[in-house]
Amino acid sequence: MNVNKLQNLAMNDNGFIFDPNTGYSYTANETGILILRKLASGLDKDGVRTAVREIYEVSEDNFNSDFEHYMLMLESLDMIEF
Amino acid sequence: MKKTYIAPNIERNYAGNMNKYGAKSVVRHQDNIDGVPIKEIVEQFGSPVLVLSESVIRRRYRRMQDVMQMHYPNIQQAWSYKTNYLGAVCNIYHQEGSIAEVVSGMEYDMARRLGIPGKDIIFNGPGKRAEDLQKAVKEGARIHIDHLDELYLLEKVARELKIIPNVAIRVNMDTGISPQWSRFGFNYENGEALRAIQRLVSGKAMKLSGLHTHIGTFILDAQAYYYAAKALLDLAQKVKDELHVVLDYIDLGGGFASQNTLLGSYTPGEFASPSIDHYAQAIGDAFNESQFVRDHDPQLVLETGRALIDEAGTMISSVIGKKNLPTGERAIILDAGVNTMITAWWYKLKVTPTRPFPGAYQNTVFYGPLCMNIDVVRNAVPFPDLYTGETVLISPAGAYNNTQWMQFIEYRPPVVLITETGKLELLRAREELSDIIEREFIPEHLRNI
Repeated sequence: MNVNKLQNLAMNDNGFIFDPNTGYSYTANETGILILRKLASGLDKDGVRTAVREIYEVSEDNFNSDFEHYMLMLESLDMIEF
Repeated sequence: MKKTYIAPNIERNYAGNMNKYGAKSVVRHQDNIDGVPIKEIVEQFGSPVLVLSESVIRRRYRRMQDVMQMHYPNIQQAWSYKTNYLGAVCNIYHQEGSIAEVVSGMEYDMARRLGIPGKDIIFNGPGKRAEDLQKAVKEGARIHIDHLDELYLLEKVARELKIIPNVAIRVNMDTGISPQWSRFGFNYENGEALRAIQRLVSGKAMKLSGLHTHIGTFILDAQAYYYAAKALLDLAQKVKDELHVVLDYIDLGGGFASQNTLLGSYTPGEFASPSIDHYAQAIGDAFNESQFVRDHDPQLVLETGRALIDEAGTMISSVIGKKNLPTGERAIILDAGVNTMITAWWYKLKVTPTRPFPGAYQNTVFYGPLCMNIDVVRNAVPFPDLYTGETVLISPAGAYNNTQWMQFIEYRPPVVLITETGKLELLRAREELSDIIEREFIPEHLRNI
């Protein structure tokens, strides 16, 4: 998975995201922002899962399903590449 | 303690993409019905549960009566039993002054059980059997004739009983709407209705008291009622001129749209459906232009069902589980499906969360609990992330749900009324296995396995 594009994003804690390369802006919820930040910092899926589960009450299976779904969203928004 | 998890979501922001109504996809929450907290209702009656509001039922009935009387004072409403025939619901309308409109022998028995005298029952429908007609003639009901075979049968029954029943002829016509409901009654344009009336009058076994039509259902063009009323009043004039029979009433049936949104309709029902005032004006115009009305002041009968009760009903349902679909949408599995919310097949029902949610929404599909692909309560709608056990409200659900709901793999839910004083009254208990198997028999040789 190529997450280089995430490294240029400007993100704030309220969920606002700006992509200076394309001019697009996005709105994400708090887990959405957290995962983007962790991916941009270089963590892989296992690392992101551990980071999220340290803060949030969620089962591994539920998180895995939501994570895959979120990756598809990011791919369709052209923010990551597989 | 760890924080409550919500599924990650992201959406691209678009500027200037509001539609022509300026509607935003903000999901508002509703945590009570008529001031009674949803939580309290679910704790007491479980989930799913269909909740009806007595205040809304009475308010809408009175509004219909007031608005119609502004245009034409001699109006009588007849509660359409098939829309919702719970005894308590029917009695609210009867307390308000409505008579009963039934379309089968079963509904006729229901009205009689509630103590409605035959003279206050309008008996419609294409499927009346000889025994139904005998009972209705003996008890003096107003019988609306659907086809010639019924006319002959009724004439025979009346002669046998030596009673002259009060009857009306059901008429179908082209009012400019599609589809034209031509399968019920006698056609107006090709003269069939007048010929049936001539036959009825010449038989001298029945008293022709009225004319009836029901032009369709969920009629979004109020003007269609102008044409329907005009056609019946012209026919009434012709019956008077040619056959010297003066009719007592003109029954325009039902078919007024509620605020629900039809599937495939882009415009929300709140904007697309005419108000009661529009229907009243269309009907009032036709009546006030008519010479027959000036001479004889016939009673106007309306059999409105859906527009009176749909908004009074709300289904409370809980989330059983959720999943992510390969289409990118989220799916919620609810404990109430099309088995209890059959109107989901023709409406875009409104789904409302019962608590506030911060943040962004994601397209969400609401499925029911049935093991069938067709069990879709609501197709993709922007919605916040829900958890197992959380409740949502599905509305409007007052019309045609608890009369058409299916006995399929689930027990049907309870129905509860919130009274005008805010009290919760159980109108129908949740079904149990005994309700399902009570009328079933297992032959002797199949009892041992």
